[in-house]
Amino acid sequence: MNRLKSGEVNLGTSIMAVQFDKGVVIGADSRTTTGSYIANRVTDKLTHVHDRIYCCRSGSAADTQAVADIVHYYLQLYTQSHGSSPPVSVAAGVFQDICYENKDGLSAGIIVAGWDKEVGPSVYNIPVGGGLFRQPWAIGGSGSTYVYGYCDATYQEGWGRDETVNFVKNTLSLAMSRDGSSGGVIRMCVITEDGVERLFVPGDQLPKFWEGREVLSASVKKSLALAPMAIE
Amino acid sequence: MTSIGTGYDLSASTYSPDGRIFQVEYANKAVENSGTAIGLRVKDGVVLAVEKLVHSKLLVPGANRRIQTIDRHIGMASAGLLADGRKISQLAREEGSKIRKMWREPLTVKALSDRISLGAQAYTLYSSVRPFGVSTIFGGVDKSGPSLYIVEPSGVCLGYHGAAVGKGRQLAKTELEKLKLSELSMREAVMEAARIIYLVHDDNKEKEFELEMTWVGDESNDLHLPVPDDLLEEAKSRAKAALETFE
Repeated sequence: MNRLKSGEVNLGTSIMAVQFDKGVVIGADSRTTTGSYIANRVTDKLTHVHDRIYCCRSGSAADTQAVADIVHYYLQLYTQSHGSSPPVSVAAGVFQDICYENKDGLSAGIIVAGWDKEVGPSVYNIPVGGGLFRQPWAIGGSGSTYVYGYCDATYQEGWGRDETVNFVKNTLSLAMSRDGSSGGVIRMCVITEDGVERLFVPGDQLPKFWEGREVLSASVKKSLALAPMAIE
Repeated sequence: MTSIGTGYDLSASTYSPDGRIFQVEYANKAVENSGTAIGLRVKDGVVLAVEKLVHSKLLVPGANRRIQTIDRHIGMASAGLLADGRKISQLAREEGSKIRKMWREPLTVKALSDRISLGAQAYTLYSSVRPFGVSTIFGGVDKSGPSLYIVEPSGVCLGYHGAAVGKGRQLAKTELEKLKLSELSMREAVMEAARIIYLVHDDNKEKEFELEMTWVGDESNDLHLPVPDDLLEEAKSRAKAALETFE
C-alpha cells in the first residue's frame, strides 16, 4: 500500500535520540523529498513541543507537522492548568493518543525526547501504528535500517555529553551515506536541565568512514598480465 | 444577618447591596450543622477523620460513609449535606478518570480540587441551582508529596497543613494549631485526629457518633485506605483516656 498521496512531501529520513546522564541528544538529517526531487535540503526535523521536550519527525511532513502542533497546544494547556512543565512521559502519551487513534490516516514515525524534573532525561519511540516504547536510544526513518547494527555494536551506558553527540553524529552520517532519501546536513540538539543547545554539521564536514575504492578494476588489471588460456 | 427578608436571598444569582451572596452564606450554615471533619497533612502522608453523627439507632454501623475514595491515592471527607457530598465525589471521580486518561498520569490533589472548585463556583452563578451544601476536604499523596485542600460552597479552594470543617471546626483548628504537623508521623497523626474528633464531640455532646478515619501515605503504600481496625481501636481508647485528663 502506498501511504503517501502522489506528490506528497516525504521525510524519508534518518532521525535519532540518545539519553545520557544529564540529558538527551537528538539529531536528524535535513533532506525532504517529493519522489526523487529534494524539496528542501536544509530541513529542520527537530521540532520544539515544550521548553525541554523536542520531537524528531519522520514520515509525511504535513502529518507530522500537524501532530506536533497539536501536541504543542496540549502541552501549553497542561502547563497552564498544572502550573508546572509537563514530564516527557506526558508529551509522549499525547503523541501516542493522536498517532494511534488516527493510525489509518497518518504516516508518522516520531521520537520524543527531553528532560523533566521527575525522571530526568528520557527518550520515547512512537513508530508508525502508534506504539509507545521508552528506550535508552532510538533511531527512526528510512535511513535507520542501515545503522541498527552499528548502534547495537557501539552504544554503551554511562556516556557523557560529548561522547553521545559523537555517537549521534557518526550514526547519522553512516545512515545518510547509505540511504538515498537521507542527506544534506546534520542538525542536533542537546537538551539538559539548563537549556537546549543546537548543533550544526555542514554537509561537507560530515564524519567520513570507509567509502570504498576501485578494488575490482585493480584485480582485473593484474589478471590481464597472465597469459591467456588456450581455447580449443 | 441584617438584610434578611429584603429579597436579596431568593437566588444565588443576586448580590446584596453590600456585596454578599446570601445563598452561599446559607450553604455555609448547612456545613456548620454537620459533624466535624478534619484532615492532617503530615511528614509522610495525610490522615482524614470524621465525626459521623448517628441519627438513629436503627442504622447499620458503618453506613452513610462521609469519607470516600476518589482515586487510588486520593480521599475526600465532606461536611454538610450528605447527598451533596456524594455528588461532589461523583464529579471528582469523573474528573479524576478524565485527567488520568488525558495525561496518562495520576492526577494531583491540587488539579482535582481546582477542577471541583470551578464546578462549585459555577453553582453560585445561576438562579436555577443552589450552591453545594458541603465543604470538602481533599487529601492525598501525589508527585508533589502529601497535600490537603478544602473546597467551600463559594468555590474557594485553599491548601492547608491542617483542615477542619463542620460544627466543631473552631475548636478543632485550635487543637490542630498546637501540633507540629510537618514533623508528625502518620501513626501519631491518627492518634491526634481521633483525640481531636472525640474532643470536639465532647464539647457539644448530644448524639451518638462514629469515628471514621482513613489515611494515605507511606503507611498505606500511597493508597487511600481505612485506618486498620487495631490502630483505630487503639486511637479511640487513647482519645477517651485523653478526654478524662483534658481540663
